Amino acid sequence: MAYTLGGSSFVQNLGRIYAIYTGAFAAFVVIIGILEWLGVPSKFLGYLYIFLTIGVYAAIGWLSRTAEVTEYYVAGRVVPAFYNGMATGADWMSAASFIGMAGSLYFGGYSGLAFVLGWTGGYVLVSILMAPYLRKFGQFTVPDFFGARYGGNAARSLAVIVLILASFTYVVAQIVGVGIITSRFLGLSFQVSCFVGLIGILACSLLGGMKAVTWTQVAQYIILIIAYLIPAIVMSFKMTGVPIPQLMYGFALEKIEILEKTLNVAQGHSSAFVDATGKYSASAMWNYFALILCLMVGTASLPHILMRYFTTPSVRQARDSVAWSLFFIFLLYFTAPAYAAFAKLEVYQNLIGTPIASLPGWVASWGRPGLALVGACDAANAAQIYPLCRGVVGNGDGILQLNEFRIHTDAIVLATPEIAGLPYVIAGLVAAGGLAAALSTADGLLLAIANALSHDVYYKMIDPTADTKRRLVISRVLLLLVAVVAAYTAGELGADILFLVSWAFSIAASGLFAGLVLGIWWKRCGNAAGVAGVFVGITVCMFFLYTTEFHGLWVKQAFSWLGEINIVKIRNRDVAYIWNINNISVGIFGIPAAFLTQWIVGAFGKPASAEMQEFIDSIRVPAGDVKVLRGHEAH
Amino acid sequence: MATKLTTDQMQAYWGRTSRLMWVLLAIWFFFSFVVHFFAPSLNQIRVLGFPLGFYMAAQGSLIVFVAMCFYNARAQNKIDEEFGVSDE
Repeated sequence: MAYTLGGSSFVQNLGRIYAIYTGAFAAFVVIIGILEWLGVPSKFLGYLYIFLTIGVYAAIGWLSRTAEVTEYYVAGRVVPAFYNGMATGADWMSAASFIGMAGSLYFGGYSGLAFVLGWTGGYVLVSILMAPYLRKFGQFTVPDFFGARYGGNAARSLAVIVLILASFTYVVAQIVGVGIITSRFLGLSFQVSCFVGLIGILACSLLGGMKAVTWTQVAQYIILIIAYLIPAIVMSFKMTGVPIPQLMYGFALEKIEILEKTLNVAQGHSSAFVDATGKYSASAMWNYFALILCLMVGTASLPHILMRYFTTPSVRQARDSVAWSLFFIFLLYFTAPAYAAFAKLEVYQNLIGTPIASLPGWVASWGRPGLALVGACDAANAAQIYPLCRGVVGNGDGILQLNEFRIHTDAIVLATPEIAGLPYVIAGLVAAGGLAAALSTADGLLLAIANALSHDVYYKMIDPTADTKRRLVISRVLLLLVAVVAAYTAGELGADILFLVSWAFSIAASGLFAGLVLGIWWKRCGNAAGVAGVFVGITVCMFFLYTTEFHGLWVKQAFSWLGEINIVKIRNRDVAYIWNINNISVGIFGIPAAFLTQWIVGAFGKPASAEMQEFIDSIRVPAGDVKVLRGHEAH
Repeated sequence: MATKLTTDQMQAYWGRTSRLMWVLLAIWFFFSFVVHFFAPSLNQIRVLGFPLGFYMAAQGSLIVFVAMCFYNARAQNKIDEEFGVSDE
């Protein structure tokens, strides 16, 4: 048999292997830098970055191919806490985190911090409420837990439905992210780029399942964190003289505040809970907290994250692993606000009030057609040079005003290397990092969906006698199918669907959180209560999601008894905001509905059987065997 | 390594684990919501240029979250070892 990764010698030498890998990647960046210095065109360098990194991921995927069910579904349960932390970091941080978040912070200021908080705090819930117990449970998927805990296929099927709704919404947004990056750096059309990305995604996961995804995600984390930190460090050094962006952007915030006064910006960058006129707004505050709640609870319910903790060798390492995961995620998230602050300071300080003729070079290079990420819209014909200027009327005085400046969310991270005066080699590195972030998340999500279909639906419900070979073939065929459907959907929907990511959190939070938490922490809770909880949670969430988005006017009439409902025109629709809450936080209805239902049915319905309670006791304690329930003997 | 706890031991074990959970959950709630409720007032205070309310949401709470996860792992390991139910 040819060499494959994953033997005990591989796991023992992980530190050395990934150190060599990191060194090789650094050497690769240096070589590209030399090529650039020799005058090789930047488009060619872009190709080198994208195809070489995808090539490395594909090689890891090939070396991790497997014919074993445990390796395919849970990476053989040999992944040490530290490395599982890195893999979870890559699994977690998507294109939205890597490229989008700094942009949201640039535009939203304080209100954008809801994402920073919401996407980190959820790990505390994972750590204290779930991960160790799910690891002890020791099966393959999150629906496995629902099936075992709440007595069979009804609960399992509902969990599969929630999983698919949440993960599919999320994966489509990831493929859009891959499409945007590849189309921007390779100059291909968006649809074609989505399918190029698809090849990258499948190369990692198709042959080796979770095992291959784990080892590529570690590799992808290393690239994405290097790519994210370097431009911020250089930018901080350039602007403040100290290369620690996370500490130094405080001074940028201070300067921004002074410039806001001279530029008449009412909504201050660091002011909390203010509306567009700069006044305190209670609805801004409630939206902030609603979004944080949905993102945190969603974090603790997303199956592609929870299933990463099935791969550690022990319960103890599962707990350590959550801490490492959050640490590795934290490294990126506490840097994102620095990106936003430095970019804003650069714009306020060096762009606004500058003659159009002497604008810094990055404005023209990121504003040209094909990229269209920046626009200096002073002259009437500005739209010919800057496509982003379409519809903006400048005063034509030859000087850039604040209201004549346009910048796309994605530009904050992508253009920072050039703003900081770094060569193209670093801009390409950032693109490679963004690609790594999008690919790794897409892989985790696709695997979660395909595993739910192949393991929970096919093997557990349709053909429990299927042999290993057949199960793995079915898994791979389903993975391929789901990936193609997702890439097709992404290509059709186009680039403007990143709000889908927030929906995915609300869906997962409403459907799965109550069932997971109460399943572990409330021993007497019976089967019917669990099934009812999931059903009501997801139904309420999907009902409000769908009606507020597509039938806003009807919601305003039919639910006027709930309280204040406003109609907001976004995404070309009349969207209903109940209590002024943005419908991306629709989980605030689903989460309590699920808890309340499960609690009422659980309190008055039939309690869990003695056998079930023994089972729960057995997953609460790290040592010892898990009590085998009737009907759940086979793996 | 003891594999089976008596009912009393199990109750004591789960009591300790639950107490740890509730304490951490309260801290989590404080740093996720309560402290940010006061962000407009905290923003009046500046540390290294950062308005404090902004700092708490951008970094302060995050650092607490990371520390809590490491602390939870350690504290729960201690409980496990005390009851002889660690799986390593």
